[in-house]
Amino acid sequence: MALLSKKDANLIIDPLADNNPITIQVLGICSALAITAELKASLVMALSVIFVLGVGNVVISLIRNIIPSKIRIIVQLIVVATLVIVVDQVLKAFAYELSKTLAVFVGLIITNCIIMGRFEAFALGNGPWKSFLDGIGNALGYGVILIIVGFFRELLGSGTLFGIKVLGDPIAKTGVYAFGYENNGFMIIPPAALIVVGIIIWVQRSRNRALIEEN
Amino acid sequence: MAINTEKNVYTVLFAVVMVIIVGSVLAFLASALSGKIKENERFEKQQNILYAMGVHENEGEGSVNFIPTDRVEDEFSKFITQQLVINGGGISEDNEAFLIDLKKEMAAAKNGAKPRLPVFIGEKEGKKFYILPMYGKGLWDAIWGFISLNEDMVVQGVYFDHKAETPGLGANIKMRYFMDDFIGESILDGERYAGIAVAKGNNDPVNQIKDDNEVDALAGATITGNGVSAMIRESVNLYRNYLETIRKQ
Repeated sequence: MALLSKKDANLIIDPLADNNPITIQVLGICSALAITAELKASLVMALSVIFVLGVGNVVISLIRNIIPSKIRIIVQLIVVATLVIVVDQVLKAFAYELSKTLAVFVGLIITNCIIMGRFEAFALGNGPWKSFLDGIGNALGYGVILIIVGFFRELLGSGTLFGIKVLGDPIAKTGVYAFGYENNGFMIIPPAALIVVGIIIWVQRSRNRALIEEN
Repeated sequence: MAINTEKNVYTVLFAVVMVIIVGSVLAFLASALSGKIKENERFEKQQNILYAMGVHENEGEGSVNFIPTDRVEDEFSKFITQQLVINGGGISEDNEAFLIDLKKEMAAAKNGAKPRLPVFIGEKEGKKFYILPMYGKGLWDAIWGFISLNEDMVVQGVYFDHKAETPGLGANIKMRYFMDDFIGESILDGERYAGIAVAKGNNDPVNQIKDDNEVDALAGATITGNGVSAMIRESVNLYRNYLETIRKQ
């Protein structure tokens, strides 16, 4: 017996590849550019969005029939903001170090268009279980891209991964630096993320021609 | 049971109920957790102050390792021998001085009031450390930190932190490779309290020249770096009179 029906499984798998929120729907680009200079920050952001979008989608789905349509955007915004503050406060009390890393992202999570987009496009019209899967799937799709971009930017820009010097020491000239390799400073500034995302989109579309638009 | 969700009365009622629910959840959470959060903040300040005077668990090169929170209070009372508050001309002792919010005091100073400025005097291996708090502005939001000086106004250690600088760029001011550069620099340029500037292109990337009042900047973080320079200069100048008395001793 499969854990999820085929339809349910697609809710998670689709956004990972053929309907990826960043590379196909081009949502959530702003945070993808801002915070991917380091792998650790990308990971924290991905985890936060998985939590907020998963839970938020369920909450919105549960109250979808009683939300007045005139103020539904405000209601959605309040749900996101509340969840983010709850996470922030709990982390501050029990994982203080982590909460300081997250502080930067609080604003970015609330304004992340993927979250509002999924509330509006999916949770308002579907049951809680499906919405939960959809939320997790989209957040994972977002997270995967963030981590890929973070990986390349940190590796090429700083020569480190998770802060560990994997390519050797640029000042003491060890590792690859001994052969004249230099870190590419361009990779740590935001435009580099745009280029990396562009390359991912290019690779993805050339592998799956069905994704290419007519014009 | 069909509710007409289009009615204005319903919309207003829904909004009111929702605000009450969300408000009480957040208020409950905030009051339930505030004790724990305050404690974490206390520990953090003590860790930062100790870090600036070189009491930490750093190993070799690499990451910043504070005294663990379960020991920090004992270590703080062991190494910090005096906590002073400078209030106008007078200096008094205050064991809660580390809880003074420098942001508020600096705002008060701008409005013409006399700020209460904390100074921490630490002793380690027979040496005296004068530790001053700092507060300033980075690119996005506040930056702050501590700087420890000896009698000759030479930096013994610094600690920087920030609220929302860009990860991978400005956020790197709290990395060891940046903070360690400040050690050994003098904040004096002749008789002037020049502070230490975060400078691009100072032809000294490994920071061997210790009398230039400059350290090497972080690539891609010019405004944060300028913020650090300004923060050190302004904060040190607030303490000018006090520092003069130390130098004359």
